[in-house]
Amino acid sequence: MSGFLLQRLMQAILLLFIVSMIGFAILHLAPGGPMSQFAEGGDMTQADLDRIAEQLGLNRPLPVQYAEWLWRMLSGDWGRSYRDQQPVLHIIAGHLGPTLELMVSSTLLAMLIGAWIGIIGAVKRYSLFDSIATIGTMIALSIPTFWFGLVVIYVFSVGLGWLPSGNRFTIGDGSFLNRLHHLVGPCIVLALVSTAVWSRYMRSSMLDVINQDFVRTARAKGVPERRILMTHVLRNALLPMITITGLHVPSLLSGALVTETVFTWPGMGRLFLDSISYRDYPVVMGILMFTAVMVLLGSLLADLLYGVADPRIARSGR
Amino acid sequence: MTKNSDGSVTSAFPMPAIHRRDLLALGAGGLLAASGVGSARAQTKPAPPPPAKPTGQVVVGLSQEPTAFNPLMPGIEVDETVWMQIFNTLWVADPQGNLIPDLAVEIPSEANGGISEGGLAWKVKLRDGVTWHDGTPFTAEDVKYTLELIVAPGFKSRTRVGHALVKDIKVTGPREISWRMEKAYAPYLALLSNTYIVPKHILEKAADPNTAPFNGAPVGTGPFKWGTRTPGDNIQLVANEKFHGKGPYLERAVLKYVPDRTALYAQFRTGQVDLIIGTGIPANFYAEAVKLPGRKVVKIPSASLEILMPNLEHPVLKEKAVRQALYASINKQAIIDIIYYGLHIPTESFAPQESWAYNPNLPKQTYDLALANKILDDAGWKRSGSGTRMKNGVPLEFAVSTTTGAALREQCQQLMMQDWAQVGVKMTINNMPAAVIWGEFYTRSKFDSLIVGTAFRTVIDPDPAHRFGSDAIPAKSGAGANQMQWQNAEADKLMKAGQETFDQAKRKEIYFKLQELVREELPILPIYQYAPVEGYKEGLIGYEPNVNARQNTWNMGSWYWAR
Repeated sequence: MSGFLLQRLMQAILLLFIVSMIGFAILHLAPGGPMSQFAEGGDMTQADLDRIAEQLGLNRPLPVQYAEWLWRMLSGDWGRSYRDQQPVLHIIAGHLGPTLELMVSSTLLAMLIGAWIGIIGAVKRYSLFDSIATIGTMIALSIPTFWFGLVVIYVFSVGLGWLPSGNRFTIGDGSFLNRLHHLVGPCIVLALVSTAVWSRYMRSSMLDVINQDFVRTARAKGVPERRILMTHVLRNALLPMITITGLHVPSLLSGALVTETVFTWPGMGRLFLDSISYRDYPVVMGILMFTAVMVLLGSLLADLLYGVADPRIARSGR
Repeated sequence: MTKNSDGSVTSAFPMPAIHRRDLLALGAGGLLAASGVGSARAQTKPAPPPPAKPTGQVVVGLSQEPTAFNPLMPGIEVDETVWMQIFNTLWVADPQGNLIPDLAVEIPSEANGGISEGGLAWKVKLRDGVTWHDGTPFTAEDVKYTLELIVAPGFKSRTRVGHALVKDIKVTGPREISWRMEKAYAPYLALLSNTYIVPKHILEKAADPNTAPFNGAPVGTGPFKWGTRTPGDNIQLVANEKFHGKGPYLERAVLKYVPDRTALYAQFRTGQVDLIIGTGIPANFYAEAVKLPGRKVVKIPSASLEILMPNLEHPVLKEKAVRQALYASINKQAIIDIIYYGLHIPTESFAPQESWAYNPNLPKQTYDLALANKILDDAGWKRSGSGTRMKNGVPLEFAVSTTTGAALREQCQQLMMQDWAQVGVKMTINNMPAAVIWGEFYTRSKFDSLIVGTAFRTVIDPDPAHRFGSDAIPAKSGAGANQMQWQNAEADKLMKAGQETFDQAKRKEIYFKLQELVREELPILPIYQYAPVEGYKEGLIGYEPNVNARQNTWNMGSWYWAR
């Protein structure tokens, strides 16, 4: 086990190094830069723009900039944002809470509903429910989140006045109920698409198992249907779901770009979008590295959990 | 995200549809009447008195996030929303363009002896009884420190324009400061109306002012104190009850960032934000917004111009006749009425129409394709078989660039393309994302031509030397922002004269001439002066649009709610 962990760790470090190099190069080689936001208004002269670019170190050769960034990164300094001069880690930490709140609640909701739809759909394959669920899933997957978010705001906030039209809480309130009230809108929007995804995964995973020999055997032995479903089918069908969950961890932390923008949710997705459009290199690189670490941790976690859930894998001596 | 103030966010938001033909039927005059321009000031009922102590809060909706809090460091317009509350300048400009003393007791002039020796010696008397938010008294040392910090070598100051001329700063008393200028420079008065004074006692203790904790939690002398900030969401400011001026009457001011302009408008509609300023209400919602119950929606004056910026080093666009023909074949009225819902104001000048230096007598552009054809014929541009004119083997062809996703500007490009095709000009479109187009493509004049919203003045001063000066061309190692690469000896002479005299009557004459010259030479093709739409909840007293302020929170200290 420790050998496996060590091997994975070495792979991870190599991968992170490559990711950082490619990310840094693409980001800096893309035309434009952080000075663009100051130039359009015409207040700042070229002398000012050049001086600030020089002070930010943007005029040095790219490899030098990368080496310096890497060195500082290795010593634990993620740099400072060009926009608000705050340390990058501090900024990321500030946006993680809102993102976790939104993503965890919408993912839990989606997983529960999605799993339920998937299970019923698999057990009662080709039934009316299954057909409706399949069509519904296709529709949900095809709806653009941006549009759906605005529809939710228009119908439930502007029209009916049931939900707030955005924000994480009312400024000056911030009680649990107030936060919950604000969570409903974005949660519905995010859950819609992921419910569809989860239900498809669950359905196909269940169908894979339901037709296996051991299920037929159990049935032949007279095991009650409910027990077959819960113990034999579901437990085995959940195995691939663990991998998917593991791979889903990074998205829990990297946020939802579009939904966060429409609902004014101050999470990681919005931070990423804003940082990209301002070419805030240190923050974009910070988020990139953070997400890369999360992807690697997520897949490692999935592998480990797989072993826990399926003793056969744990025993295989990896 | 593109940050254009041209209503580019037109989504599938299922708001009641606004049909442009309705708007056209209503006409610009009808819109003006419906908008109640200036109604923010013309309160019909006398306003109730302000509360005895700061009461209530206001939530200001912004579509860009303020992120820079040190007012001397690089920032964009929206950052000034915060600076205006936390800090003060020596004087501020009111909507009429008058300078009103703030931290100073009077505006230095040649008449009161504050400016002498032909503009080289300056002396400013400062207000007594002003304290920083931490209780430390404000003194002339703070002003000296501020002016010195701006030009300090390692400091990332936003701009050193004007400040670099200041020498020998002397504190001549706790409330008096003097300095010498390297040369007479009249726009410095205006620049100081936008130079926020920072506390010496805090910043001098910082190892590096660029990374001082102050930059994340500023301390000033303004009507509001720094409260809390939730990055990506909001900034809360609290009343400074020891403020030296009028107010503050609100207990708390919340600056709320809503990145999507349609979502911001929805929050204004549902009442989650009390007012929308800055980039404002998208043009496509204007007709609906004016009818919202409990809301006042106003067209506000802005100093920014929408122009077509030609690159005067382009083989085709460098020819004056070509620019004149292009200008004559832009259908300005259609652009404003049909694309921009009749909101903006056609203009011929680089100066805003509210400025004392604005020349109202410039020849008015008329949409005249026959005239354009004649100009091009006379200039020797002959139609080729493809319909595109040619001269000496060069086709009359160029690209127009603007920000990708700026939907209304893209429509504008299409209209221009159609009109210009009729006079034998081949226009292509080459749009790019904001971070790309406003980078070196713009600053180093790598474009053929651009549609850009920009201003040609120095803060509130009419001086456009950094935009039009021959020595201000970045692509020719100049230090300014003359991206058109316009070089004109007469303009240089006028601008130099304008900077050197403090006599407003003389300056007016100079800038009138300069506007005539610019209108004749067309280094820029002015399309319209912006009239963005802002809105606020009824009952908010004190909101007053100010073309001379970067943001209309300029007087937030004197806002309050009618109870």
